[in-house]
Amino acid sequence: MHPEPSRSLPEKAAPSLTGWGGSPAGPTTLLRPEKMRDFKPGESPQIARGMGRGYGDAAICGEGHTVLTERLDRMLSFDDETGVLRAEAGVSLADILTTFVPRGWFLPVTPGTKFCSLGGCLAADVHGKNHHVDGAFSQHVTSARIIPADGAERIISPDKNSDLFWATAGGMGLTGFITEVSLKLKKIETSWMAVKHTPTKDLDQTLDFLAIDDAENPYSVAWIDCLATGEKLGRSVVMNGRHAAIGEIPLRENNKLDGSFSKQKPMPFYLPSFVLNKFTVKAFNSLFNLRQGSRGEFVTKFDPYFYPLDGIKNWGRMYGKKGFVQHQCVLPHESARDGLRAILELVTESGRASFLAVLKKFGPEGRGMLSFPTGGYTLALDFANKPGLDEFHDRLDGIVLNAGGRVYLVKDSRMKADSLPYMYPRLDEFRKVLRQYDPSGKFASDLSRRLNIAGD
Amino acid sequence: MPGIEGTALVLGATSPMARWTAYALARQGWDISLAGRDVQELRRIAADLILRTGATVSVREFQAEDLESHEGFWEDCVDQMEDLRCVVCAFGFMGSQDAQNEAPALAQQVMTINYTAAGTILMHAAKHFEEQKTGWIVGISSVAGERGRASNYVYGSAKAGFTQLLSGLRARLSKSGVSVLTVKPGFVDTAMTFGKDGVFLVADPKDVGGQIVEAMTKRKDVVYIPGFWRLIMFIIRSVPEKVFKKMKF
Repeated sequence: MHPEPSRSLPEKAAPSLTGWGGSPAGPTTLLRPEKMRDFKPGESPQIARGMGRGYGDAAICGEGHTVLTERLDRMLSFDDETGVLRAEAGVSLADILTTFVPRGWFLPVTPGTKFCSLGGCLAADVHGKNHHVDGAFSQHVTSARIIPADGAERIISPDKNSDLFWATAGGMGLTGFITEVSLKLKKIETSWMAVKHTPTKDLDQTLDFLAIDDAENPYSVAWIDCLATGEKLGRSVVMNGRHAAIGEIPLRENNKLDGSFSKQKPMPFYLPSFVLNKFTVKAFNSLFNLRQGSRGEFVTKFDPYFYPLDGIKNWGRMYGKKGFVQHQCVLPHESARDGLRAILELVTESGRASFLAVLKKFGPEGRGMLSFPTGGYTLALDFANKPGLDEFHDRLDGIVLNAGGRVYLVKDSRMKADSLPYMYPRLDEFRKVLRQYDPSGKFASDLSRRLNIAGD
Repeated sequence: MPGIEGTALVLGATSPMARWTAYALARQGWDISLAGRDVQELRRIAADLILRTGATVSVREFQAEDLESHEGFWEDCVDQMEDLRCVVCAFGFMGSQDAQNEAPALAQQVMTINYTAAGTILMHAAKHFEEQKTGWIVGISSVAGERGRASNYVYGSAKAGFTQLLSGLRARLSKSGVSVLTVKPGFVDTAMTFGKDGVFLVADPKDVGGQIVEAMTKRKDVVYIPGFWRLIMFIIRSVPEKVFKKMKF
């Protein structure tokens, strides 16, 4: 017998790996384990990367190893009684939907794209349109497995190694390699959504609408026309939704629980950056408001409802080759009205077109030490990477800081390190856990270095 | 494949290409038996296959390099799977050509795994299917077996031998109703090609798995995956040896 063939993983140089926003980053060296036992921390700095849908630099470890989890995508068990799915960290939400929607199960919480991994969802503690009712992703994770810097795998849950669990939920991958996640799915009667679109005339009305505790509609979000000015500032289309019952859906054979997705349209090239300017976006938004606002109540498939942008492959290319940034913040209730007004005014003044502008109400804060969602209103804006963006971004962050809010780390690529402790008051607690599980700083990302998340 | 469902045995099932071939077979209604050295990893793949497809999936240990074990392994398979109708031989090992040049003894392992082991286990399968007068043999060979390149000729030579063995099995078994499919993948996006220089147009193992099963269904003899490799290899085979030896790739 011969010795076992060598197990060392091949490396791949990635001189300019970027996040989803496409702003330049890297260089880093990629590793891609295909077997679970090859997914363990090495000595050099490293971070795990799922499907690369983080907008900024969270899943890039410059001058170190960026470890792809895409091949660790096996579903391991499912309990029909409890709805708990145990799966490897690299399993995508899309694969879960394809597999489980036909059986009458749905994701308890989903972000605006289905092309993200379970590990990524836990590491960013993502939220969905139902946060005000159902909380963030981690609230539905019954347990997970993680390999911290010492190489020993641990089971973590709200009851077991709970400090490590709540540091991992929203911990941006810095606590170790998440290997498995157990997620409690929820029952659905149909794969369809009953949706209600309501146009609003200004910010106050939009916020009032979002504030209504509509127990019937666990999903709600407002699409803001962020180029509307003056009295119309903050006018939106509020979109409420719920899973439709059998009696409400268009009756055709086999469409009750249809796990299929809409066909992706390609975005085969980068749009020249002048295409999206305040005039074209204004036109788009007006048209959108008119169209979507007038739709009233209707029934639609889950895919276009939850994942409208997944319908266009590489939609980020709309913003041109230099990429774009997404700024997502949350402002607490007491300062939200003034803060949001200030942000929208700044955006209109600057003439920077935000194609996407989404506002939603968050429920109470979860237990993740660096989890983003906290009671208040969250606003997400996209900006093309054009000159002056840094200063503009700083001004946005200034408004957020003044309002006592925070910026979502998985979207960020520009925030300053000074802001972090103010935005994330449990940072010290997080750092304490890091010092215990990763005293020598084996886990690091461009994000963690830029914001000094691990501390000195 | 109406009326021909049974159990498909996948050897070397932890490779991504094998996993997705098993997936495509399961989607067609086959029961699956996953065999390989790393049973822990096979169990993960089996669990995933069951959840995604609802197929009946089992796992068994197979040490390809342990040639002595092949006969017993095969007998067990036949005993435990009455409806064994298909064998997919997907294990392989390339290693580093530079390392083999430096330490020639290393070449033996590459030759053993890719030719001797693959050949002997399929000899058992061939005898069984011939007697049953039905069955599929799928051998995953390689375009590397079509010409000896300085960068992977030991691997290539073993795959060349394997390709010829499959060709001979096909000739022998065609009258017994047994199909033999030779799969010649080009660059597939696996650990074998990850980060390697000169790799282009890599195929997704998911797609490759689907294409292998499609070729099986159509009872093809030889399939290049992706298809354009047939043309590339035609050109590469036509280069005179005088010129070829000076080419750097």
